[in-house]
Amino acid sequence: MNEAAASAESPDRGRLTVTDLKVHFGGKKKLFARGATVVHAVDGVSFSVPAGKTFGVVGESGSGKTTTALAIMRLVPITHGRIVLGDTAISDLEKEELRAARRRFQIIFQDPYSSLDPRKRAGDIVREPLDLMQIGEPGSRDGMVAELFAQVGLRPEQRALFPHQFSGGQRQRIGLARALSTRPELIVCDEPVSALDVAIQAQILNLMAKLQRELGLTYLFISHDLGVVQHICDQIAVMYLGQIVEQADRVSLFTNPRHPYTKALLAAVPTVHGNKRDRRSRIRLKGDPPSPINLPQGCRFASRCPIAEARCRQTSPPLEDRGDGHRVSCFLA
Amino acid sequence: MATDPLLSVKDIVVDFKTRYGNARVLDHVSLEVKSGEILGIVGESGCGKSMTALSIMGLVPNPPGKVTSGSIKIAGIELVGMDPDRLRRIRGKDIGMIFQEPMTSLNPVFTVGEQIAESVRLHENAKPKAAMERAVEMLKAVEIPEAETRAKAYPHQLSGGMRQRVMIAMALACRPRVLIADEPTTALDATVQAQIFDLLQDLQAETGTAIILITHDMGAIAELADTVAVMYAGRVVENGTVDAVLSRPQHPYTKGLITCVPHLEPDPPVERHALMEIPGVVPALTELGKGCAFAPRCGEAIGKCSAEKPQLLATGDAHLTACWVAQQERAQ
Repeated sequence: MNEAAASAESPDRGRLTVTDLKVHFGGKKKLFARGATVVHAVDGVSFSVPAGKTFGVVGESGSGKTTTALAIMRLVPITHGRIVLGDTAISDLEKEELRAARRRFQIIFQDPYSSLDPRKRAGDIVREPLDLMQIGEPGSRDGMVAELFAQVGLRPEQRALFPHQFSGGQRQRIGLARALSTRPELIVCDEPVSALDVAIQAQILNLMAKLQRELGLTYLFISHDLGVVQHICDQIAVMYLGQIVEQADRVSLFTNPRHPYTKALLAAVPTVHGNKRDRRSRIRLKGDPPSPINLPQGCRFASRCPIAEARCRQTSPPLEDRGDGHRVSCFLA
Repeated sequence: MATDPLLSVKDIVVDFKTRYGNARVLDHVSLEVKSGEILGIVGESGCGKSMTALSIMGLVPNPPGKVTSGSIKIAGIELVGMDPDRLRRIRGKDIGMIFQEPMTSLNPVFTVGEQIAESVRLHENAKPKAAMERAVEMLKAVEIPEAETRAKAYPHQLSGGMRQRVMIAMALACRPRVLIADEPTTALDATVQAQIFDLLQDLQAETGTAIILITHDMGAIAELADTVAVMYAGRVVENGTVDAVLSRPQHPYTKGLITCVPHLEPDPPVERHALMEIPGVVPALTELGKGCAFAPRCGEAIGKCSAEKPQLLATGDAHLTACWVAQQERAQ
């Protein structure tokens, strides 16, 4: 057994630490391109997730939350930074070592329609990682797949069906069974319930919570839905233009949001407790986020910030701990 | 005080022929909206909320679909069975529609200004120059900065929020009396969604347009709508003022829709509980039985529920519910 797989039994199993992660796209001048442009998709992100906990990353489109998830999955090239799962630096692994370590971190995707091969039977989709990773004896794998189906609330005889014969919620269950097949420590969940109907979302979220309790899984949960994140996450990071602007435990973040962007984001979500009169008294952001190609000097949020001062436009505020692990990057918060 | 509804949909039935038999996608749907009001329609995918919009627009795809019976009146004028040419003059002029995906609903090869001006030219016989001036004026009304320049932009040159503003400008260019917004912000970020909602409210306050807002977000209903219709499997199962339906939901499906969603709390409790679930999935419309379509998923169902369809009857002030159990409780 190689080093990467052996360390799965270490006491740090399931702990994820990300240090100064940067993912930049482009930069090389290509034929026909007008000039070299660099997209700063993720620009210096650090956080750590204890084993068995759920870490939420929220932000709007272009904030870098999905790129962060893909970098941790080693599915996009990492420009800079270190990612450690358990005691393995997965950012340093290459080729065969990386492939062997992949069993320890799996991903489920947003769209359960396009993330399953329509020509394969559900049972074969879930079995594929077992064959690829040589998990268990070939003869016992069918039984393992049946168990996985039961674990995610599908009937074992449904293994013979094709993806189009399942509903959206059931397909997301197949995606979960596939992710669980290699007995991972970490599951990266990229908007796992956004494409599902509201009544089905609850079924999947409850299933994910149950699996976490039973298997001690660590979740990295990417979402734009603050209600879902508040429900399922232990720690939450708010991203804006490739950086974390605020991070705290769930109670602290929602009862005491400090960054003006977090406040605006929370105010923007309509809730069943709200009404017509109240909604107009809330703060509103103007405009769209600036492009991640031409980043402004200073705080990246300054151009839309309702309270920005001159210094905000000149220097970037650092992400500082304001006590109890509540981190904020704002001079004025 | 009780003004007549501007748009009234009465007992509309829409059938679709499918390989598996006839699917009744709308089953005696009745709705009303008054000037200056917002009616919210909520439900899961396949419940018929978008099909209700299409039938009002006279855009039910035919074949395979067909408006079998019922009546749709705008300011007293019957739209069902109307001559297609006359309907075309009403659609876009008296009724505007905003679609969910602004990228696929805009024509990529015309500038946004030309696309807005087109409807003004067609419906108001305006000269091209005057139509373009109106287009720029509309872009200003939807708060697009540098409207004169942006009118010359193509859809791909604008952000998602901007494109949705263009869609709104286009729908409102002929000052329609009814505006149908089908999931207008689903593709947008939260902060941009809030801007679009503000804009809809402001424009409505100015023009008194009646708005039908189709969404799956109960929060949006609570903060924007005056009345709400909850749809399930092609039927309206609960209808009433937003306050009545959200604070005193009567139908088990409405109760489920409100409690199964994790709502953002300003002060979340430290202890977390499992979410309430609505078990099972929406039934296929070709396989509906005689009884209430929700009965197989309903925790409160009684014998009668699977035998006979409940009608939409009053269960409170300005509050209708199609549920045997709720109606029994009301009677007692």
